[in-house]
Amino acid sequence: MARIALTLGPVFFHWPADRLANFYRRIADEAAIDRVHIGEVVCGKRMPFSDPVWPEIIERLERGGKEVVLSTLAAPATVRERKAVEELCSDGRLVEINDITALPTRFGQPFVAGPFVNVYNEASAQFLIRRGARTICPPVELSLAVTGTMARACPEVEFELFAFGRLPLALSGRCYHARLHGLHKDSCQFTCEENPDGLSVDTLDGQEFLAVNGVQTLSHQVQAFCPESADLLACGVTRLRLSPQTVDMVIVAQTYRALLDGAETPTGARFILSCLDLPGALAVGFPHGRPGCHVPDTI
Amino acid sequence: MTVGQMELVCPAGAPATLRAAITARADAVYCGFQGETNARNFPGLNFSPAELADGVRFARDHGKKVLVAINTFAPAGRVDQWRKAADEAAACGADAIIAADLAVLDHVANNHKGLRLHLSVQAAAATPEAIGFYAEAFGVRRVVLPRVLSIQEIATLNRSINVETEAFVFGELCVMIEGRCFLSSYAAEKSPNLNGVCSPPEAVSYDQEAGSTAARLSGFTIDRYAPDQPTGYPTLCKGRFSAGGTTSYPVSLNAGGLIAGLKAAGVTALKIEGRQRGKGYVTEGVRTFRKAVDAIEAGGDAPEIDRILARMSEGGRRTTGAYKKTWR
Repeated sequence: MARIALTLGPVFFHWPADRLANFYRRIADEAAIDRVHIGEVVCGKRMPFSDPVWPEIIERLERGGKEVVLSTLAAPATVRERKAVEELCSDGRLVEINDITALPTRFGQPFVAGPFVNVYNEASAQFLIRRGARTICPPVELSLAVTGTMARACPEVEFELFAFGRLPLALSGRCYHARLHGLHKDSCQFTCEENPDGLSVDTLDGQEFLAVNGVQTLSHQVQAFCPESADLLACGVTRLRLSPQTVDMVIVAQTYRALLDGAETPTGARFILSCLDLPGALAVGFPHGRPGCHVPDTI
Repeated sequence: MTVGQMELVCPAGAPATLRAAITARADAVYCGFQGETNARNFPGLNFSPAELADGVRFARDHGKKVLVAINTFAPAGRVDQWRKAADEAAACGADAIIAADLAVLDHVANNHKGLRLHLSVQAAAATPEAIGFYAEAFGVRRVVLPRVLSIQEIATLNRSINVETEAFVFGELCVMIEGRCFLSSYAAEKSPNLNGVCSPPEAVSYDQEAGSTAARLSGFTIDRYAPDQPTGYPTLCKGRFSAGGTTSYPVSLNAGGLIAGLKAAGVTALKIEGRQRGKGYVTEGVRTFRKAVDAIEAGGDAPEIDRILARMSEGGRRTTGAYKKTWR
């Protein structure tokens, strides 16, 4: 049976440079991960903080046998942000496109179409494959069944499913962290750094609902889709994406590896994950075609 | 790019609204077919192909245009339904198709070469590179701008692209970047991108509780109202929530006062949101904005424009949105 690969998605949150460096050192040395996305995706203003540490992180990850993918901004706007996207797209490594802005520069060279690019069907996928797409990670709201329909029609590329982490649900022109601190986006003082898993947003009745991360809104709950390899392969999905949270991602990766290798059951894997220090309860709706917040009965 | 008279693009959720908007002197109306191919898939709204053909005839008789929104994303295995919608719009004589899905854009570009393509706001194209890509790949002639750009940014953008731009000026305001938002499907399964539905009515409940009414979506409290307060529809991103001890508040867009600025920024068309709205709302909105646009084209000053638009500002919380950078 073919092996399902594990991808570590980009860090969505504003982690300080030394936290990033320590995080990726452990990933390089200890995590059962095949491919690692690095780079800032959510907010271009954070880039000057993390930019200096990426070269060392890339070197360390590659030395650790990981395939490194350079992720690009999901909503580039300023001249500086657009230039950053262009520069990353000129790199010889694999690049993840998260906005069509990146496409003209990357045209004809291999890329990953990330979950912020709206690839919902086989015709869109084929359009991007003709322009260089090699891996497609569809938007998080797309079910495994519909992804499977697309994947079976495009056997020449890899399809990846967002399996673990707070779900990236929305992007806005306005920065919620700045607003909450009474600041303007242009002089935000990077208060998003205070919430390394995002800041919880509850309803007026105290229900845990969402989390904000600067201009991004995520789910409060943590998606933990724990399928068996055979179910993924039947749908033509060959990769699972784990999205970094502050929880021990080495254990998360180990759990998924064991699950995909048949050494752990889905129930067992969910139980292990539920015991970790997660920022929210486990949910798994989208892959099953249910609301993303759906909490499975079993755990 | 240089522009002549600004075009006023108005919503039509039904044949009667189309006629109302044209009669009130809209330059163009936009509408969609019944079902999931358009982003305002409300029960009882939208057009059959026969109704669209009638609407196009009516508009043409008045020298006006009909733009057809096929601007949701086709799920895998069902792309033909979206392609067929585009074929029907072309057969009805639509003046343009508004689309966001690469599959729909590709189909129209390859099969209806004479038909204008407008890039939907759902495509969230906000940079010269993205817009240039859509123009080159599909011959897109106009971009409906994402509601994240300030007027200055629109002016800069217009100087570096070769296509027309259309900007929202009035109506409901999506706080999130449209086409990039899965809040609705997260809470209530149906989504703007896949189903043309945000915060679906079947998931809504209004629960009378001690001293207040809770407006909920799939059980999540989106807002709470005192007995004397009018209740609002629980649209997810417009709710009041608690984060770090602060709540956020709902607002709608009214950029009427910025029309002159948008014109100076090179915007070709102004768009009024509201295909879910009735004839009365559309007629009033179109008349008012028609007067304002005509006054600006005739060199009217700011106080005159403010007087014309004054009645559109009554009730509800209004904002100029991202057009003024302080919104961010």
